[in-house]
Amino acid sequence: MNDMSFKTVFTPPEPLAIKSHPHKIVAKNVDVYYGEKHAIHNLSITIPDKAVSALIGPSGCGKSTFLRSINRMNDTIPSCRITGTITFDGQSIYDKAVDVVDLRARIGMVFQKPNPFPKSIFENVAYGPRIHGLAKDKTDLERIVTESLKRASLWEEVKDRLSHPGTGLSGGQQQRLCIARAIAVDPEVILMDEPCSALDPIATARIEELIHDIKEKYCIVIVTHSMQQAARVSDLTAFFHLGILVEVGDTDVLFTNPQDKRTQDYITGRFG
Amino acid sequence: MSDHIVKAYDNDLSSLKSMLSEMGGKAEEQLALSIDALVRRDTKLADSVILADEVLDEMETAIEEKAVLIIAKRQPMAKDLRNVMVAVRIAADMERIGDLAKNIAKRAHAIDSAIPRRLATGLERMGQLSQNQLKLVLDAFAADDSKRAMDVWRHDDDIDALYNSIFRELLTYMMEDPRMISACTHLLFAAKNIERIGDHATNIAENIYYLVNGEMLKEQRPKKDKTSTTPFAFADKA
Repeated sequence: MNDMSFKTVFTPPEPLAIKSHPHKIVAKNVDVYYGEKHAIHNLSITIPDKAVSALIGPSGCGKSTFLRSINRMNDTIPSCRITGTITFDGQSIYDKAVDVVDLRARIGMVFQKPNPFPKSIFENVAYGPRIHGLAKDKTDLERIVTESLKRASLWEEVKDRLSHPGTGLSGGQQQRLCIARAIAVDPEVILMDEPCSALDPIATARIEELIHDIKEKYCIVIVTHSMQQAARVSDLTAFFHLGILVEVGDTDVLFTNPQDKRTQDYITGRFG
Repeated sequence: MSDHIVKAYDNDLSSLKSMLSEMGGKAEEQLALSIDALVRRDTKLADSVILADEVLDEMETAIEEKAVLIIAKRQPMAKDLRNVMVAVRIAADMERIGDLAKNIAKRAHAIDSAIPRRLATGLERMGQLSQNQLKLVLDAFAADDSKRAMDVWRHDDDIDALYNSIFRELLTYMMEDPRMISACTHLLFAAKNIERIGDHATNIAENIYYLVNGEMLKEQRPKKDKTSTTPFAFADKA
């Protein structure tokens, strides 16, 4: 981790989750602006591969902004400006040579509200592999769809009705369908922006179980408002406040013995 | 620390704390009365101490229930979580202190001969030391003060040292007059109980350290209790 970048905030020892995993995404001195608004201040963080990293913090703290910077979703906002570097497997993602469509295939995203396409369950998952030309033929495409649905723990519930519309599923099933859709293009990173906030506790537990099952294959970054969820699913937790990355630590440590007072106040429910 | 957004959460935690300080006060009182009952061989007082131990048991249960309820309802994090965990552990230590005091009181019935003045003074002195340790550690808990808790932790060796000398003295009495063996054995157990109470006070101190600093104390406590390795000298005498 870059020592300089922590000058204004707390400098923790390097978390075990970062030390013991390959470094997938490395952000250095990142500043993000929306027009005049300075949304993220001098952020540096290393996101480990084959692990779950949670970004927590009150609304407007910059955690979603940072998440969306990782797969350049912020490109769609004209007033958004970003400085500093974010590398993905050592390559800068803001490099001119980077194809954004290709980047987003490698860095998939799951949103707060399940947003299946108004198509069949099969087509929802098949769409990505088809447009990216990942399937050799129809049998191969069927294999990819089946595997993705299995990995998203949805297969058993939908295998008899693959031709039914995806929008006809329950909220939790729709969200798992969206995860299956993200997995189908064989990404390396999965970004999740509050993936459970619209779901009931049982559907939430299913998604958390799913995250746990797939984390050994992917680099997962999750933004969540539920601290308990961050504590349950993640290996590494980063706390953001007012656009500043206040503290990064192993989840087990951060929730029992946070080092910064702001982190302590936030996770114990002392300010929101 | 600043207040929670949810006021009821603050109330839950502060009532847990006041339950603990009430229990601490009761444990201190039980300890003082039990030693008094023993050295004066006051069986009436001893009986009241034995009876009152039930109150401490009930307090421990109430604190445990409160802690479980807070965990279930509030899902405490960080220092709040440590607070709840530590409350349960401290309550358990105080419940043990109560049991030990009760055991000391019971021995007031068993001792059939007058206790030599010197021994009584020694036991009273030991009792005062452990009472003082208990009082200081409870004050440190009330004030969230890890430094004061560590002072208590370091001073336990005073009690150990006194226990050593009482142990030796009791051995001498027993060797000199076998009729004293029964009474002295009871006193030996009483002294050992007081020494154990001192150890519980240091447990509480360690918990305060954890509560304030977020990590367990790694240092080893200085120990002066040598009685486990002291040989009996009967053979030499014969």
